[in-house]
Amino acid sequence: MTTLHAVFDKARAEDRAALVGYLPAGFPTKDGAVAAATAMVEAGCDVIEIGLPYSDPLMDGPTIQDAVHRSLTNGTRIADVLRTVEGVAKSGAATLVMTYWNPIDRYGAERFARDLASAGGVGTITPDLTPEESEPWLAASKEAGIDTVFLVAPSSPDERIARVAACCTGFVYAASLMGVTGARETVSSSAEGLVKRTKANTSLPVCVGLGVGNGAQAAEVAAYADGVIVGSAFIRRLLDAPDEKSGLAAVRELASELARGVRR
Amino acid sequence: MTPTEGTIITPADLAGNGVHGNDPDVHGKFGRFGGRYVPEALIPALDEVAAEYEKAKADLDFLREFDHLLRTYAGRPTTLTEVPRFAQHAGGARILLKREDLTHTGAHKINNVLGQALLTKRLGKRRVIAETGAGQHGVATATAAALMGLECVIYMGAVDCERQALNVARMKLLGATVVPVTNGSQTLKDAINEAFRDWVTNVDHTHYLFGTVAGPHPFPEIVRDFARIIGVEARRQVLELTGKLPDAVCAAVGGGSNAIGVFHAFIEDEGVRLYGYEAGGRGVETGEHALTLTEGSVGVLHGARTYVLQDEEGQTIESHSISAGLDYPGVGPEHAWLKDTGRATYEGVTDEEAMEAFALLARTEGIIPAIESSHALAGALRLGRELGPDAVILVNLSGRGDKDMGTAMKYFNL
Repeated sequence: MTTLHAVFDKARAEDRAALVGYLPAGFPTKDGAVAAATAMVEAGCDVIEIGLPYSDPLMDGPTIQDAVHRSLTNGTRIADVLRTVEGVAKSGAATLVMTYWNPIDRYGAERFARDLASAGGVGTITPDLTPEESEPWLAASKEAGIDTVFLVAPSSPDERIARVAACCTGFVYAASLMGVTGARETVSSSAEGLVKRTKANTSLPVCVGLGVGNGAQAAEVAAYADGVIVGSAFIRRLLDAPDEKSGLAAVRELASELARGVRR
Repeated sequence: MTPTEGTIITPADLAGNGVHGNDPDVHGKFGRFGGRYVPEALIPALDEVAAEYEKAKADLDFLREFDHLLRTYAGRPTTLTEVPRFAQHAGGARILLKREDLTHTGAHKINNVLGQALLTKRLGKRRVIAETGAGQHGVATATAAALMGLECVIYMGAVDCERQALNVARMKLLGATVVPVTNGSQTLKDAINEAFRDWVTNVDHTHYLFGTVAGPHPFPEIVRDFARIIGVEARRQVLELTGKLPDAVCAAVGGGSNAIGVFHAFIEDEGVRLYGYEAGGRGVETGEHALTLTEGSVGVLHGARTYVLQDEEGQTIESHSISAGLDYPGVGPEHAWLKDTGRATYEGVTDEEAMEAFALLARTEGIIPAIESSHALAGALRLGRELGPDAVILVNLSGRGDKDMGTAMKYFNL
């Protein structure tokens, strides 16, 4: 099992940013998600976030909504998410689960943390869990030995950034812009300032997500962040592919391009 | 003139801090319910709304302006109507209707909307967005936006757009943009998701004019406070008419704003029983209902911990009701708390029972109620038979039925 700590140490030693890829479990199929994430790792992703499909993804744009809807229609359950983590972790990447809070709440915080650790998962990203409500999850994660990642946004004042960062153990997720997930033409100019303000408040790595979709954007973000997070652009490749094989080739190609980007 | 002389709103009426109890703590918690489960990007906006609201409710000019709009624009105070011919079907109990259906735009939603539109101006924002189920909150928001010169975008589930086509036309006529939401169940819950996505993108110049007592703190408190006037007036009116407090107060519960609005002034009146009626849809045994409080479990939806219709893994279960305004798988956190403390009782009313009460009120009293409100009427019929002929029952007639004629035509083959 590769830890986040090891990932960022290695990236730092190579003088580059880490590459983080996102895919929802169960998309395009249960096995297809493992295959696609494995291809992403082989082509250069250091970290994989496996999305836990949720019926009400209010932070996600149309691309991820579409993928999540397909996944739920495929009948994806939490057991499938854990199996996906297990499969992907074998590829050697540090594997996280990204999930809205309610599924963990319902499953049971301690049980989820334990089961995720057993599956080889190294932590979670919880985009709608605020520091005020985080106590049960921080305790359960610590007990199970997994990392916690929370989000900061361009609208976050410094004292809020400090409060959120204090809840994180793996890295801090900086949302590059005010908006939902999805690739954009350009990376928001607010991202660099946010990373700077976040770094002033924590010694943890800071990764940038939202709106990054190609090698040039990855290179731009890698210049100031410890990690570059890409989700919708991978999903778009899979959605647009006529069949599974060409979908795999397309995500592999994108991961290579992004991996070159973070090394520029 | 001070707000306490001759106006219908006083600071205590609006907020009731310390006077009426039941206010959430600093994190927006009603007991274990409420709080904030939202993307961090929205926290500063929620803080800003909460801080501005705290200032506004202590500002006599704000209260005067709100009071003036309620009187001269919304048509307050609304009257109380006794309905003896209808009550004959309820074992002879006295039934009194609080006539929110007579407000401008035809439902209680206007109260909250006028308050929040004034708040929007104080926040210096020029655009409002809102979700709507039955379309009443959308119409009210579009109305207030037209009145105050705000840009207005309404998110409405595509299914609801169809069953409430008249309200879609009204919103458009009022100058609002109506965005049909085609993802998920294409009803209220998905409209809320979409409105949140808009808000996080445009929060610098946009206020999310939330329509019910659900959602993250401070919405449950703000919406309740702006709707409190319903119960404040009704309590006074029932006392004047009958010389005593009612034995029971009945209201329909979807998200819960009209119910909280009428309940809240009675919370400390221990002898007054509070009854909320949820949409039983096609019946609890069919699974096609919106019985969030009576059949749901505790979880997180749309930013708050509350009762939710969800499966064992926390996925939201789609609700069903003949009434778009009650077709919601969540409920306001304060209702969850009132349920847990036993202060209020929540029961289900099926589509069929609601439609019977809908037709009965029309035929016996010449009042066509909203299908949402008909759930409370059906509840009152049941309760009257239980409590006997000496009972006085107050029912919040939260809206009128004009918007429901399409549904009624189909249902009754008119």
